Amino acid sequence: MTIADKNANQVEAVTGVPFTLNGQELVANEGELLIDACDRNDVHIPRFCYHNRMKPVGMCRMCLVEVDTGRGPSLQPSCMLPVTPEMKVETETQVTKDAQDGVLELLLANHPLDCPVCDKGGECPLQDNAYAYGPGESRFVEEKRHFEKPIPISDLVNLDRERCILCDRCTRFASDVAGDSLIHFIDRGSQTQVNTFPDHPFASYFSGNTVQICPVGALTAEPYRFKARPWDLEATESTSTVDSSGARIVLQSSQDKMIRILGLDSDAVNWSWLSDKDRFIYEANNSEDRITQPLSKQGQDSHTKVRLTAAVAQTVEALRNSRSDRIGVIGGARAPLEGQYAWAKLFKAIVGTDNVAAQLGDCLPAPLLLSLPKTTIDTAFAPGSTVVLLGSDLKEDVPTLFLRLRHAVMEDGVKLIELTSRKTSLSELATVSIQLPAGTVGQFTTALLSGTASPLKSVSNKVFKKAAALVRGEAPVSVVLNRPNIAESPRYVADAVGAFRQHLPAAKFLPAVRRGNTIGAVEMGLAPGYLPGGVRLQSNFASAWPSIPEKAGVDTQGILQAAAAGKLETLVLLGADPLDDFPDKALAKKAFENVATVIAVDCFFNESVKQSDIILPVAMLGEVQGSFLNLEGRLSPLLAKVTAPDNAQADWIWAAEIASGLGVNIGFETLEELRSEISATVPAFADIDWSKLHSADDGPVLSSDRTWNLEFSEVASLPADPGYGLRLLVDHKLWDQGTMVANSSSLAGLAEDFYVRISPEDIRNFGLTKSDTVVIEVGSLSAEVAFVADARVPVGTLWAPVHLAGFDIRSFISLDTPVSFVRIMSLESTDG
Amino acid sequence: MATNDYVVHAPGFVDSKSPKIVTSRFEHRDSFTLKRYEATDGYSALRKTIRKSPSEVAKDVKEAVLLGRGGAGFPAGVKWGFLPPIWPRYLVVNGDESEPGTYKDRLLMERDPHQLIEGCLITCYALGLNTCFLYVRGEMALAQERIGQALNDAYDAGYAGKNILGTDVSIDIVLHWGAGAYIVGEETALIESLEGNRGMPRLKPPFFPAAKGLYMKPTIVNNVETLANLPWIVNNGADAYKKFGSEASPGTRMLAISGHVKRPGVYEVEQGVVTFRELFYGDDYCQGIRDDNDLKAFIPGGGSAPWFFEEQLDLPLEAKEVGAAGSMLGSGAIVVMDSTTDMVKACLRVVRFFARESCGKCTPCREGTSWEEKILQRINDGKGREEDIDLLLSIGSQISPGPYPMAAWEEEGLEAVSFPPKQTTICPLGPSSVAPITSALRRFRHEFEAKIAEVTV
Repeated sequence: MTIADKNANQVEAVTGVPFTLNGQELVANEGELLIDACDRNDVHIPRFCYHNRMKPVGMCRMCLVEVDTGRGPSLQPSCMLPVTPEMKVETETQVTKDAQDGVLELLLANHPLDCPVCDKGGECPLQDNAYAYGPGESRFVEEKRHFEKPIPISDLVNLDRERCILCDRCTRFASDVAGDSLIHFIDRGSQTQVNTFPDHPFASYFSGNTVQICPVGALTAEPYRFKARPWDLEATESTSTVDSSGARIVLQSSQDKMIRILGLDSDAVNWSWLSDKDRFIYEANNSEDRITQPLSKQGQDSHTKVRLTAAVAQTVEALRNSRSDRIGVIGGARAPLEGQYAWAKLFKAIVGTDNVAAQLGDCLPAPLLLSLPKTTIDTAFAPGSTVVLLGSDLKEDVPTLFLRLRHAVMEDGVKLIELTSRKTSLSELATVSIQLPAGTVGQFTTALLSGTASPLKSVSNKVFKKAAALVRGEAPVSVVLNRPNIAESPRYVADAVGAFRQHLPAAKFLPAVRRGNTIGAVEMGLAPGYLPGGVRLQSNFASAWPSIPEKAGVDTQGILQAAAAGKLETLVLLGADPLDDFPDKALAKKAFENVATVIAVDCFFNESVKQSDIILPVAMLGEVQGSFLNLEGRLSPLLAKVTAPDNAQADWIWAAEIASGLGVNIGFETLEELRSEISATVPAFADIDWSKLHSADDGPVLSSDRTWNLEFSEVASLPADPGYGLRLLVDHKLWDQGTMVANSSSLAGLAEDFYVRISPEDIRNFGLTKSDTVVIEVGSLSAEVAFVADARVPVGTLWAPVHLAGFDIRSFISLDTPVSFVRIMSLESTDG
Repeated sequence: MATNDYVVHAPGFVDSKSPKIVTSRFEHRDSFTLKRYEATDGYSALRKTIRKSPSEVAKDVKEAVLLGRGGAGFPAGVKWGFLPPIWPRYLVVNGDESEPGTYKDRLLMERDPHQLIEGCLITCYALGLNTCFLYVRGEMALAQERIGQALNDAYDAGYAGKNILGTDVSIDIVLHWGAGAYIVGEETALIESLEGNRGMPRLKPPFFPAAKGLYMKPTIVNNVETLANLPWIVNNGADAYKKFGSEASPGTRMLAISGHVKRPGVYEVEQGVVTFRELFYGDDYCQGIRDDNDLKAFIPGGGSAPWFFEEQLDLPLEAKEVGAAGSMLGSGAIVVMDSTTDMVKACLRVVRFFARESCGKCTPCREGTSWEEKILQRINDGKGREEDIDLLLSIGSQISPGPYPMAAWEEEGLEAVSFPPKQTTICPLGPSSVAPITSALRRFRHEFEAKIAEVTV
């Protein structure tokens, strides 16, 4: 039975299976496991290895109960046994109790009694069950099994094999859920242990989940070790803002300090799984480098602390002294939805500029995002459906969505078609995996949906037809969309989306954007030309808005171009770092050199914040209340658990204070008033009961029905290669030098150093000698960089991840050409 | 020479006067070659088989009541009938013989590999499948080598591979070398191992191999000796086969006798006809207990089987009767212990085997068997405590709850508890460790108590 089956069955027993539980006649769902049926009927069965999000193994034997299927009662593991008609189950008999007590005693036989110094003590299933089951006193007088005390199995996870009860949860998670089979059982009998292979650490993006599901203290997370006792922790449910999946989390704090994040089992979204980025990013909250006071620039490279009122006054002055169309605002995806609305209202309705863009040009353009008919993860990945992955490697951008898609393909018969810029973490599982060189995705997708033959030599007609038959088949098609290549104009992927809209209008989308609340930002109007709700600029927008910019503004590229040309007076950064993130590095640099005033609302110094004149400290995840709009358009709560440090405060409060400084009442004084205004202003929010947001399991999915579409002209053409030989492919790695990761002490070291990768075939094609470095060249620029052969890279492409230490590939990207080309050569050949 | 130093090495096959079904070629030094096999009627059964319809062949085997020789004794023909009409389906041959005391499949593989291969081909044909995996225990290098050679010869001669004997029947036999684990003799663990995973049993249900076996496809797992019977059955018919042995258990069995008998070895014996007494004392068989000592106990079916004693000597070598008497014939390994045997040591030796070979999957087996071993070791070392005897029995009941199968003891008015034991584990390995403990403690408790009383300070 798959988990999806089970979910479907949880609704209500349609065709029930009658069975008897402790003498009581009950009805189980079709295919329901006995342990689940017991849980549902409030009959508790102890367990260690069973986990409702993984396939059962029946390993720990703790859940043995007496079952009679007509051949007399026998002990059966309830986690492996689907309820069958007329099954008689006894969970309280002496035989059952003896079996459970026996197993517990045996589990404790070799388990060390180090609970007082164990991180799990106080929240340990083994400890809890030892109170309820087993003899209370051990008869085991022999020497316990010994292993070297905790060994690091990765940078984030420690393994204490003495505590391990070999439940197979972590190992099952690694191989079945994450697909990172890096931890295994080795040896046998009572010497059986979990371990890694030599030189192959458990370097999984999802390693922290094993700590969460470990039923003892065998796996501990390095960032949490010895930091707190469970009974000292306070907890609240919230939502991860690390990427656009909106994974549900539990925030835990001790002494007003964020101390741990756990995954929350949300049926609709993350099934309790988190990426390590979701899980450990809270370390940034506690970073010593956090900006907690308003700062003002003094001289070239230093800032001094100023009073909060002074900082607001300076900001107000800068805005007042600038012509409204000479003000640009970049960022806002980091903020809660309420903050995004407040910023949009401040800048568009009060300051009067439409040069407001949450996007940094490395993602999907706002008009595209706003035009997509969205679907939910559950609908898109429903058993038997077809999913097109249009873009790049999901695991690097939205890892929890990757887990859901992997499960759908592995367990639920979902067919995956990849139209990606390189082979991804799912390529091996895909029904058809097609790699598209930069500049070809639009043309290829159009052909796939309407044509008869492959327009690309690299894709055989057989593969093309297989993909075409699938995508045009009976099964419902959903498109998981992300940016294929930062060095390629987003126009191409927009063309591909356009092809779907035109030829397969039933297809729905999941925009898997990398930055947290991006969907919220564009929905709240942090995009040029749009007002909250995806409404285009119109003078009669809403009574709550005093005015609307007359002229449509420009996006981040336009803002930076204006700044570079000396036409921008004030640049406001809402948690954005264009100097590090905007694809065209040279343009961003020139913009900062030529803009008069830069105001940053941020929590850390990064390249852009360092150059800012005024810095307003802002509250982070867990410090403010708000809400989050995920890639499905699902609204989920962000709750405050700790106090924001010093003068750091919520985005919406900064916006209200700046408005007030400008002499305008922004229209709300409390979060509730702000939310009421959103409900009144944006139709999709009209029916939201904000007070219930915190208690809802999965959160409401907002309708994204729009009456307009993107207009598509002809498919963008491909520029000619100026004789360089390779097309540049630039995308993100999960671990990079991003501001948040860099300020989370345990994560900062996980990013690799920069390298470029080309296919083994191209190494021969370009006659590269065996060497660790190569020279890459564009125009007058050239650089010596590390390189690796990688069969995931299509022929004719050079793959270089952005934002890694050692080299900034963005200097090779120019927005003047929609596709960037690059030349590669051996070090020796440049000598002569 | 002290009796304790007496070590019996498996001497191999002993030719008794019993009829021979699977060991008929063992008298030839070159019994493993294709030349000898062909000269002694080899592959004639295959020729007959492919002229029949698959269902006819299966029917013949079912009528012959060919009981599985791996341990459980389930009729092969009935097992075959469990396959649902789903393809692909596989035949897996369990050649991972490693039950303590068992070495009969090894001889079959070493000395008559073609007979096994022919048996595989007949089975594949009868089941309408074309891929067979021959899983041979890792330590059996000679068997591996001889089967490898025999397979090459059979392929070259057109008996296996594409278009067998010019027909449109094609069957591939894949030889797989085990990595050395007792548990892989358990069929679902063997399948896991064959798939490239760690050898750990799967729970039945739902993973009955016939329904969800290798690669989750219908799979028949048969023992080497079981399949080695097939050429004879096809050539001579079910009726001729049933003339040997008893009604419930027709045919012959290979029995591996080790321990304190004068002539240990592997014997092919008619099932249900010969008794243990005849086997141990008969001139055609083991010719008596060594040094003419008294018999103290014997294990009738491999290390996993509860022990038998003097009173059970007249039981016939037949699975059902042995089962009802409180043990099992299992894989046909009989270990004889004479009056000089130290029962604590014997018990420790068998328990240690199971503790070391536990795969580590189920808690009761993983933790229980090694705990048992530690206690027995302590008692044997003179560090036992009075409560250790009850503790051993209690741990045993945590692995195998309820009364454990054992032989009757008339003297004490104790009745037999029939086989098999109940279990809190997935497979019978853990419960097997309880057999020597309950057997030895029931009859020889005084020996344990004596060692405990001698406690060294």
